[in-house]
Formats: sequence, C-alpha cells, structure tokens
Amino acid sequence: MKLDNIYQEEKKSNFAKVSDIIVTMASRPSGFIGLSILIFHVILAFISPYIAPYDFKAINPTLMLQAPSAEYWFGTDDLGRDVFTRTILGGRTALTITFFGSLIALLWGGLLGIFCGLVGGKTDDIVMRIVDAFLSIPWILAMLLIVSLLGTSTEVLIPALGFFYGKGIVRVARAATHDVIAKDFIVSARARGHSNFSIIWNEIIPNVRDAILVEGAMRWSWMLLGFSSLSFLGFGVSPPTPDWGLMISNARGLMSFAYWSVIAPIVGLSSLIIGINLTADAFAKALGIDRSTKAPV
Amino acid sequence: MTEIIQKVKNLSIGFKSKKGEEILILRNISTNIKKGETVGIVGESGSGKSTLALAMMGYVKHGLYTIGGECEFNSSNLLKMKNRDLEKIRGRKIAMIPQNAGQALTPNLKIGYQIDEALQLHSDLKEEEREQKISELLNKVRLPSPETIALRYPHELSGGQQQRVAVAMALAGTPDLLLLDEPTTGLDVTTQAHVLELLNFIAKDTGTSMVYVSHDLGAIAQVSDRIIVMYSGEIVLEGPSRDILKKPIHPYTYGLLKSIPKLSLAGLPQSMPGSQPQPGKMHRGCSFFDRCDFSEEKCKNNSPQLEHLEELNTSVRCFNYKSLMNDSQVNQTVNKIKTSLHDKEILNLSKVSISYAKQKLLDQVLNRISDDNPTVKDININIKKGETIALVGESGSGKSTILKSIAGLLRTKGGIIKFDQNRNLSSDLKERDPNDLRIIQLIFQNPDESLNPNHTVEEIIAQPLKLYFGLKGEELKKNIIDLLQKVRLGEFYMSRYPRQLSGGEKQRVAVARAFAAKPDIILCDEVTSALDVSVQAAVLNLLQQLKEDFGTTYIFVSHDLAVVRAISDRVAVLYQGRLCEVGPSKDVYQFPSHPYTEVLLGAVLEPDPDIKPILVAEDIVEEKPPQKGCSFQGRCSRILGDICKSEVPPWQITNSGNSIRCHIPLKDLQKDQIN
Repeated sequence: MKLDNIYQEEKKSNFAKVSDIIVTMASRPSGFIGLSILIFHVILAFISPYIAPYDFKAINPTLMLQAPSAEYWFGTDDLGRDVFTRTILGGRTALTITFFGSLIALLWGGLLGIFCGLVGGKTDDIVMRIVDAFLSIPWILAMLLIVSLLGTSTEVLIPALGFFYGKGIVRVARAATHDVIAKDFIVSARARGHSNFSIIWNEIIPNVRDAILVEGAMRWSWMLLGFSSLSFLGFGVSPPTPDWGLMISNARGLMSFAYWSVIAPIVGLSSLIIGINLTADAFAKALGIDRSTKAPV
Repeated sequence: MTEIIQKVKNLSIGFKSKKGEEILILRNISTNIKKGETVGIVGESGSGKSTLALAMMGYVKHGLYTIGGECEFNSSNLLKMKNRDLEKIRGRKIAMIPQNAGQALTPNLKIGYQIDEALQLHSDLKEEEREQKISELLNKVRLPSPETIALRYPHELSGGQQQRVAVAMALAGTPDLLLLDEPTTGLDVTTQAHVLELLNFIAKDTGTSMVYVSHDLGAIAQVSDRIIVMYSGEIVLEGPSRDILKKPIHPYTYGLLKSIPKLSLAGLPQSMPGSQPQPGKMHRGCSFFDRCDFSEEKCKNNSPQLEHLEELNTSVRCFNYKSLMNDSQVNQTVNKIKTSLHDKEILNLSKVSISYAKQKLLDQVLNRISDDNPTVKDININIKKGETIALVGESGSGKSTILKSIAGLLRTKGGIIKFDQNRNLSSDLKERDPNDLRIIQLIFQNPDESLNPNHTVEEIIAQPLKLYFGLKGEELKKNIIDLLQKVRLGEFYMSRYPRQLSGGEKQRVAVARAFAAKPDIILCDEVTSALDVSVQAAVLNLLQQLKEDFGTTYIFVSHDLAVVRAISDRVAVLYQGRLCEVGPSKDVYQFPSHPYTEVLLGAVLEPDPDIKPILVAEDIVEEKPPQKGCSFQGRCSRILGDICKSEVPPWQITNSGNSIRCHIPLKDLQKDQIN
C-alpha cells in the first residue's frame, strides 16, 4: 500500500511511555513545581537520617525555645530539641504510612468500583448503599475508635486509612467503568463469552486505570492531611518520634512567642500536600483526562 | 450578474502542533456565495468542510486560528470583526442549522419560548407580533398544529420535528445566508427526504442563500445549485451541480461517484484505494496523488492549481482533467456478487418476540409475562448457509434488537432460535456453551467504539484466538498475520493502536477479529454507516470476498437501502418490530411491494439531480407498535379501512417467491406502484 508511511508512531515500551508522561508533566510550570516539591520531599525522607545535624530526641533544658540562629537554623522547641532536625525527619512516617495507605485504598476501591460498574443490578445497588453509609460516617470519629481499640501501630494505621480513603475511589472507579461499559468492545467481549475476570482485566482496567490513578494521587494528599490530624490529636505517631502533626500540636500553645517551632512543620506539611496536588493535576493533564487541555481539533 | 453576499478570499486556517509546526486545515480557499443560490460543500471527514462553513459566520474553532485570507460578508471581513459586531450579524444575517437539533435545543425550555428568544434577539417585533410570528414560522417548516407544538418540550418531538424547529429558529431573523452543517445526517431516510424537500421549498420561498455541508452526495444532489468538492483542506472541484454529478472532471469526484452503491444496480461498486492524508502529513505534490487512477509523474512533485474553465463555469484542481472531460459519463461497473447457496438451513428464527418492558413485581413473582405488545413480535426467518440476509428498516424498527438476541446479548421473550436445524440456542448468554458463542460473531457500526483503544491490533485479534482455540506464542502470531493479510493489512499493523489507524483500517481490524473465531454466522450491525463513501465500498468488497472464501453467512443490518441492494441476497423489511416483507433482494426492490417498502424505496437519495425522492407517507414517528392489526396502519397511504386496524395481515407470496404481509391483494398492490 502506498500510504503505509503515514502512521509511523510505533508501539512504545512501558518505560518510554512513563518517561513521556513525566516529560509532559514537567513541561508545564505547575507540573514542574509540583514534581520538584514531591521529589524533594521523597529524597529528603530517604536521606534525612544521615544529614540531620542533631539527635532528634536530645533534650537540652538550657536551649529551650531558642530563636533561629546560624547554629539552630529553625530554632529549638520547648524541650530544647533542634526544630530543623525534627522537621526534616518529621515527614518520613507520614509519607510512608500514607503512601502504602493510598496503595491499599487504590486497590480495594478501584477493584470494587470496577466490579460494581460491570455487574450492575442488585449487587451494585447493595454495595453502593453500604459505601454511601460509610461515606456518611465522619471518618475521624471512626478512625479514633479503631485506633483506641487496636492501638496506633503501623499495621493498624495503614489498613485503616486505606479503608477510609478508598470509599471515594469506589465511586470514581464505578463512574469511569460506566463510561467504558457501554462501548461496543465490551459488548463484543461479552458476546464472545469472556469471563467477568477477563473483561475486567483486559478490557476495563486499561481504560479506567488513568482516572483511578489520578484519583488515588489526590487521595494521597488528603490522607496525608488526615494522618497529620490524627497525630495532632495524639493518635498517630507516639512521641518522641518526630512528626509534623505532633510537632504542630506541641508547639501551638507557644505560637505567640516561639512562632518558629510551629511554622517549620506547617510549611513542611503544606508544601508536601501542595506538591502532591499539583503533581496529580499535571498527571491528569498529561494523560488527557482533564478535558480543558486536550489538543485542538 | 447576481449580487455576491459572501466572499471567501485565500482563506487558510490551521493550528500549531506541539512541535510548533503550522498545520493547515484549510488551504487557500477562495469562493463566492451569490444571493439566492444553494451551495453544497461535500467532502470526506477531515476535509475541512465544517471549518469552512463555520468561518463563513466568522467563527474559528477553539485551538484553530486564521493564518491568512478573509471571509467578506457585506464587504466587511468577519474574521477580523469584534465579537460585539459579530453578534449583530450572526442570527440576523447569517444563521446556522446544526447537525443534531436534539442537542442544539435547550431541553428544559418549551419550543415556543426558544423561538421567541430567537425573535427577541434577532428581530424588532413587539410581543403580540412575535406570537403571531412563531406560529407563522412553525407553519412554514410544516409542523402540524403550531399552537400545540409551541407548548411542547424538545424531547417530546421526533428527530425530524426537532430539525424543523431548528430551521424555524434559524429563519426567525430572516437571514440572508443559511449555513447547514450535515442537517439530515442523523435522520431516517424518509425523514431526511422530507427535511430536504422543506429546505428546497424555503430556499425558493425566501430567496435565502444556503451553504449545505454534507458528506452525502445524495443529499447534496437534491438541494444544491452549485457544488464545492473538498479534499484535504483544498477545493478540488467547483461548479454547477448537474455537471459535477453527471460529468465530474476531477478524478476524486469521479471515483467517489463510482463508489456509491445505487438502487438501480445490484452488485458491489468499485472502491477507491487508500485514504485521505491527515493534516500535517501532507507530501509534496497533489494531495490526491496516492489514490488517483490518472496520476502521472508530474503529479508527484507539483501540486496543481485551481484552474477555472470558462466554458463549463467550473474550477478544477488537476493536471489531467482533460482526459476525464472526454469520457467522463460515470460508467459504474459493479462486481456481481456470487452466492454459493446451500440448501442447508443454518439459522432458524421462529416466532421470536422480544420485549424491553420491565416486568412488574407481581408478574415477576408469579413468573408471568405481562407485555402483550412487545417491541419485536412474530419474527420467522430461515437463513440458509452461505447467504447474506439484510434486515432493513428505520430506527426503532427492531433490526438491531433482533441482532442482539441472535448474539445472545438480549433475552427473547418467546420463540426459538435454532442453529443448524437441530441445536437450540439459549436466549441467555451464560447458558450458551463456548462453541455456540464462537459460531456467531458480531461486527459493529463504529470501529472507534468496538476496538479497545488501549490494545494493539495484535492484542485485539489475539483475543478470540486465545479464547476459542487456546493458541499461544508463534502459532498465535502466525494466525494473526494470516488474518491481517486476509483483510489486506500488512504485518506491521500488529503493533499499532486503533487511534493510529484510519476509519477503514479500523473496520478491517474489526472484521479480522470476527473472522478469527472461524464463525458460521457474522452479524453486521450497520458496518459501513460510520465510514466515508470511498471507504465503504472497499469494506463491502472485502466482506463479500471473505464470504466467498469462507462460506460464511451474513446477517446484515442497515438503514441504507442502496448498500443493502449491493451486498445482500435476501432482504427482510421490518416496521415497528414486525416483518413486512421478505424476499430475494432483486424482487424486494421491484414492485409489487409492501406499502412500507415503497415508502423506503421512494425516499432513497441518489447522487443524481434527475432522480427526485418520492414522498409517499408522512414522516410521523410512532412510539409504540399498534395493539391490533397491521403494524404500518398509522402511516400507510393505502389503508383499506377497518380490516387493517383489526387484523394482522396475511402473508402473500408473489410469483418470484417474495412474501408480502398486506391486506391489499397482490394485483391491486402492483397497480399504483408501477410508475
């Protein structure tokens, strides 16, 4: 055929696809900023134990509430601990717990949503009403109950957060599945006699994956805020482990005369949340889910 | 000389690609629209025809921008005008009728209110006068009882009525120029013919100039005085409509006309190879070079200019038009279809009925079926091995519903579907064994939707091979390449995604997937209606070739009677889910025929200005089949009286073996149809 050279785009390897997406994300200012902040936080979480200038739990009564100086960059807190050290270490637990929590949320929320969207009917009705019921319970109360019954260990926090933040993903995954399910290729797979599992795995997941991933990234930032709130209330990480939520809670009474001890963890937490949000936005735009930025024509 | 109302001068519109290249959608278009004339713009999808029409009202789609040239209306350039000034022109001087009126009307406002709104904006009438004007407008577009229509909501009207309302709204500002973007594409054949007739009447009555954009040469032929043929953003041929349709002097138009199936000619039309180059992927030289039968060496590197021929009043963009001028009466040659008909019956539908009605709770508990007037009722068809049977009818006739039931996707309410004389096919998909599923495969209307966008061609075709035959590795790959070759696609297509293929190529992949299962029966649901005409012929030829090679049986659903005529051996005409006529296709297309078949045949639009559609019945849309009697009683122009309303008509068999379900005796039926 004469026209064969018209469509020359060939199948790309998965690695090339991912790097393409990252390049597209970084080509927008907001995406670039978001990605930089996120990468900065992730790197910091890995290397902070090695670069921390002081011991995070070293109490020094003679250095209580020192203002920022060349020696103590962010000052010291009410027990004389270095705020800089505690701030760069304070994101580690939050980041790890919420990352795995989001994965769990994605997994169960996504799969249940897709399943409900596919089978429909009574199963769908019943499951969705249960999800609605859970959505109406204030999550923080439920979390407090779980944590006070089972303790604040990582093994409790990760699945509990994953469960509460996965409810919203169920709805998104179900809606995304509904968009796909009416298409003829699903009808065609059904008419051929593929099993439900095969339809979900081969036909639906590749088409709803992007939407669910973006939603998952958004949930991650909310979960981070949620986890810090738990710490703030004293149900997250136990002292003396440095954690932003805990640090804010400890220092909030001293805000009027030792602002530094509360500002540093606040900046840490909010910059991470903003970073994740911007990245998720850029991710959605790079995948073409966000309609306003689709290519013309 | 008549007054020119719109002057398009050297217009180029395009967009910037990601790499910063300027990609042209329209390339240097110049044309004039004169007062009172109707100009048809025809071209394949992506040829830039809608962009041109929108530019004529000073609108450039988001993401596109004007690169050069102007659109002059009343000697002011619309493309440079401020929005505030444009507002005064749009609607008042230039009005637009959209493709899908159902979506263009606001769903929660009454028809009368919406027209009133248009009048408030575009005329200086007072309130009492406006009311008068609304019914005047609705009368003009021939809507029955304007007063009641004005009080209805858009969803209470049929597609054809909605389109009429859109015409009425466009006329509210008494515009000088009316732009119509595929106004009849979504409508049924009979409705389409009626709307076109109305547009013709309005053009004559009001003296408005019209620009009619369509891919359908049949529709264009009925309305336009002058035709502009577009190809990849350029005008390739422009001239009086009769000359262009009868003696096209551009190879593209020539090929296009040859590839349209005609009612008068059984057999498959010739196809045009290849597809239109995509914007930004243009080569040097003539853009039609790759597909042209008349191309020479010089066409490869030089692009021809649009040349005006004074004596014919035609402009043409081709080096070789002269060779077409001498012998260009379009001699359509068709490939006769061969059928190796076996006497063996492969599929038998008996007394099949299908209902969409939801069972009431009580009926569910008692396991009782309450709907005595189902959507599809009493379908008896025997299908022989190796034949192509077509189900024909307007939307709502139940043709796709029947197809779904055969595929097992929709439960039947009653009746039996038998395969190979003795095997009953369950109406529940889950109860059919894998072999029963394998023997029946589906090809869908729109390949964009029927191919998973995230799968490569290889993965798409591999699915049935893996599922039914458990193929793996090298053997699987060999089979896929084999199938691709059968649908005339090269091996390198394996790694492509559907979005990298053209419409015709996508449909070929869908065909390959259906054949991968080695089915006995293939159900084709409007397989060509989403394709461009030049591609349609190629797909039809391919289907026919595959059928001859494999001895497959096709059940072909279509609303396009000319396509059905081209490919099918037997035709079943459906109305409201009831059979009207079944017979060999050459007999169905001849008289005597069922009054409904007559209506359908009369409404077919041919790309020939001499063949006008014959409008027999009103284009009313019935919501539900009648409880008693003949299904067509509501629209039949030859209704006999009470008998049609109370008794289901008997089957009458003509000499040639055509069965017609009508109360009118055969010789009387023929009497009025002979002309």
